[in-house]
Amino acid sequence: MIGTANAALILVENINKAFPLPDGKGEFTVLRDVNVRVARGEVVALLGRSGSGKSTLLRIMAGLIPASSGAVTSDGTKLTGPNPDVGMVFQSFALLPWLTVIENVELGLEARGVGRVERTKRALRAIDLVGLDGFESAYPKELSGGMKQRVGFARALVVEPKVLFLDEPFSALDVLTAENLRGEIDDLWNAGTFPAKSILIVTHNIEEAVFLADRVLVLGTNPGRVRGEVVIDLPRPHHRADERFKLLVEYLYTVMTKPDMDVTAGPSVRVPGAATPAPVKASPYARALPHVRVGTISGLLELIVESGDASVEIAHLSERLALPMDDLLAILDAATLLEFATITEGEVALTDLGRDYATTTILRSKDLFRGQVLAHAAIIATIAKTLQEKANKTMRADFFLDILDEHYPAEEAKRQFSTAIEWARYAELFEYDADEELLYIA
Amino acid sequence: MIQRTLPAPGSLRRPIGFGLADVAVILGSLVLLALIARVGAGAFVAFVPPKNVPAISLDPRHLPYYAARSTLRMFIALAASFVFTFAYGYAAARSRYAERVLIPLLDILQSVPVLGFLSITVTGFIALFPGSLLGLEAASIFAIFTSQAWNMAFSFYQSLRTLPTDLSEATAAYGLPAWQRFVRLEIPAGMIGLIWNAMMSFGGGWFFLAASEAISVLNQQYTLPGIGSYVAAAVGAQDMRALGYAVLTMAVVIVAVDQLFWRPVIAWSDKFRLEQSAAAEAPQSWVYDLIRQSRASAALERFVAPAGDALTALLSSIKVPIGGRPFDPRRARIADRVFNVLLGAVVAGLVAAAVRFILSTVGFAEVGHVVGLGALTLLRVVVLLVFASLIWTPIGVAIGFSPRLARIAQPVALFLASFPANFIFPFATLAFIRLHVSIDYGSVLLMALGAQWYILFNSIAGASSIPTDLREMADDVGLTGFNRWRRLIVPGIFSSWVTGGITASGGAWNASIVSEVVTWGSSTLTASGLGAYIASATAKGDWPRITLGVGMMSIYVVGVNRILWRQLYALAERKYHL
Repeated sequence: MIGTANAALILVENINKAFPLPDGKGEFTVLRDVNVRVARGEVVALLGRSGSGKSTLLRIMAGLIPASSGAVTSDGTKLTGPNPDVGMVFQSFALLPWLTVIENVELGLEARGVGRVERTKRALRAIDLVGLDGFESAYPKELSGGMKQRVGFARALVVEPKVLFLDEPFSALDVLTAENLRGEIDDLWNAGTFPAKSILIVTHNIEEAVFLADRVLVLGTNPGRVRGEVVIDLPRPHHRADERFKLLVEYLYTVMTKPDMDVTAGPSVRVPGAATPAPVKASPYARALPHVRVGTISGLLELIVESGDASVEIAHLSERLALPMDDLLAILDAATLLEFATITEGEVALTDLGRDYATTTILRSKDLFRGQVLAHAAIIATIAKTLQEKANKTMRADFFLDILDEHYPAEEAKRQFSTAIEWARYAELFEYDADEELLYIA
Repeated sequence: MIQRTLPAPGSLRRPIGFGLADVAVILGSLVLLALIARVGAGAFVAFVPPKNVPAISLDPRHLPYYAARSTLRMFIALAASFVFTFAYGYAAARSRYAERVLIPLLDILQSVPVLGFLSITVTGFIALFPGSLLGLEAASIFAIFTSQAWNMAFSFYQSLRTLPTDLSEATAAYGLPAWQRFVRLEIPAGMIGLIWNAMMSFGGGWFFLAASEAISVLNQQYTLPGIGSYVAAAVGAQDMRALGYAVLTMAVVIVAVDQLFWRPVIAWSDKFRLEQSAAAEAPQSWVYDLIRQSRASAALERFVAPAGDALTALLSSIKVPIGGRPFDPRRARIADRVFNVLLGAVVAGLVAAAVRFILSTVGFAEVGHVVGLGALTLLRVVVLLVFASLIWTPIGVAIGFSPRLARIAQPVALFLASFPANFIFPFATLAFIRLHVSIDYGSVLLMALGAQWYILFNSIAGASSIPTDLREMADDVGLTGFNRWRRLIVPGIFSSWVTGGITASGGAWNASIVSEVVTWGSSTLTASGLGAYIASATAKGDWPRITLGVGMMSIYVVGVNRILWRQLYALAERKYHL
């Protein structure tokens, strides 16, 4: 017998990934010491919030970008370029708009030099499999989102890849279409005739992970790393009404909202108080702001007040608002950062301050907001202090952008800056002149 | 439930039987081939100046042949521009080192006046094909090529640099070889911008074609059978009637090329749009519809498919190293520095050689004189832009605010922009002579004849892109007169106006070479300016002065671009982006 170690289709060993910061200011670590195994015949989900590097990890496994160190082995071969064992489905579909459905599906076959007749035959079979027969000669722009993603699946499956990589394949679709397509893919997999040996799906949707996967790997942020693994010990197909299903979803919600909690094999085993405190970072600029608009925080708080309950289940909230998990978590991050809300065991409750903030007048709510921002949003408080200390109370934006650049990749530095400005403007702490690129206190 | 929408009716409509469309397409193709063969043969005739020079007959019956010769030249240049664009743009986008040489070079090439290229290269081309007209033919085609290739290459390079990440990743994930990636992703993604650029510069190309068919180099008058040399001959003979026929023929040719070539190409290229949703209004062309409906094109496609497959297989085996990040950033930085130093040395050497050449032949005083001439021409360009803006912007805005008027006027403005203004020059020259207008002022009008339409065209485009709700808001709050212009119209059309201004200014600089020296019969009017300087140096074959004049014009153009247009562009992008 071949040992289990050899049964791994994809083996990721000690992967690190860092991007250089602009102007040689060091590096920004995206992934640290990541180990992943995808075995033959299983569905694995990578669950993480934005910034957990889950898409980067998937692209490293697909051989689209190189790792800084460590190795990826695909079916026994070490990767040096695009992974030939993988068929990939993209979040944005990534269909070439100038090719018809069948030409898009044939793309991978053509690249492998499969002859015209054979190519057409196999492509038609794949199109049939995903329920698109009759649409071979349509162009992508004539199709709805759900149908476009069916083409994406057909294009990946037609090459009969060893592993099917799904990069948030349902998150660009509306809720009902996503539900429908997800169910069909699950049915195809459960029927045992699936054209791929394994599936690896990247997602931030907890229910989706529990529904599709046999194992869920939970990724942490700053830097991205594998926090642990939750085995979905349910018979396939996984039924949502199942009590165990609900328990697993709830457990994952708790894990996701508590970045410091240990991830154990499943909800049955709980290790209380084992959380390790996050390392304290020296610079206030390193404490990232969640990218949330001020109005959204108030909106969520008001919603909780109106619900009449002391606390609300996050899973329910996500369902009711039909908000992507990532966005909801960012809002909750902001609310907890400002001490307007607390999170316990997958539930969110308002603090007294939060209740006051949500129900008071605009003027007073601004005062409350300003106070909390100065106390807890380190970037804004530091910028405000710096401006206050200047005689003319004015600074060039570049000064702060340069500092932020030392802690974040260029794009993220800009986002941090604009979020800081949005919050500070609302709190009437300082102003920003976009024409002159100046920050000032009026 | 599975969500299904019906495919568009067009994708289901299949042609049935052999129809009129097939007859039209097959006949049309045969006629086109025969024409090309007949007209193209004319290029292979003996040419031994000064004895054996093709004569131009002013009989209007020969005009269609001359027009066809000229049109063929235009299309050969266009084909050459596409080949150049793909090679140059691809190299610049793929290699970091190539990029650092090729892109600034493109900037410089763009600023060299097109007729300057002609002056510099025509003797070389004639020497390349001794005893044949092909040399002159090549020089003319090269001049047209230089009016198209640079901005096409730049457009393609930019689209390669801004490929959508997901599509780029998909082609990598599915292991597309470089060739397949090129034809499946890279060319299609750049197609719309490329075709739009090609069409605009093709329109401008008629001007340079007309100017390049009848030129005097090294005290020699060279003539190439074509519609431009027909005009030159008519001017020499002071034949008003012949001139009228030429103008009419040119108008017919421009409309025909638009209907038979550019419309279908634009309708076809609409499928390369990157938006994944159907466009509100797809461009239409009756010729394209005809070709699509015929079975002949489908049959041809099936016929060439096996050969295409074989070619694809062959070309797919070519390996192109992906221009990825270098492995060791520190070593790459050293390599970069070495490269930069080498590049700087080469550029400094070239500049020093040019400066030494000019100073040792014409001297420093002449350089100062040429700077002054450049200032005079610059003044003309500025006056032209100011007046053209004052006159055409209000008219353009009025047209643009009325969608019905805009639909009619926009193609007309585009037609006027591509009509070679040098066909009208003789009429204006005659008027200047009769009315005793100095060419020093008259040349501004001549330059404006071609350039002003870009201002009009872009004003219309800008005004029609101002959202209706903003105009309704302006009415609602009672914004009228000066304030309406200051708060709504000027900011709203600013981006478009900058585009129009930069195109018009480029056109005016180019036109100065033929606008500052004009003739009617035996009388020649010469303005003092940089254009006239280059024209006279070219006529005499005076190399140092050609180099000095062309170089000076490039410096002026680059300078104005850097100091004025680039700043305005940045302002438009930052503040007035609608």
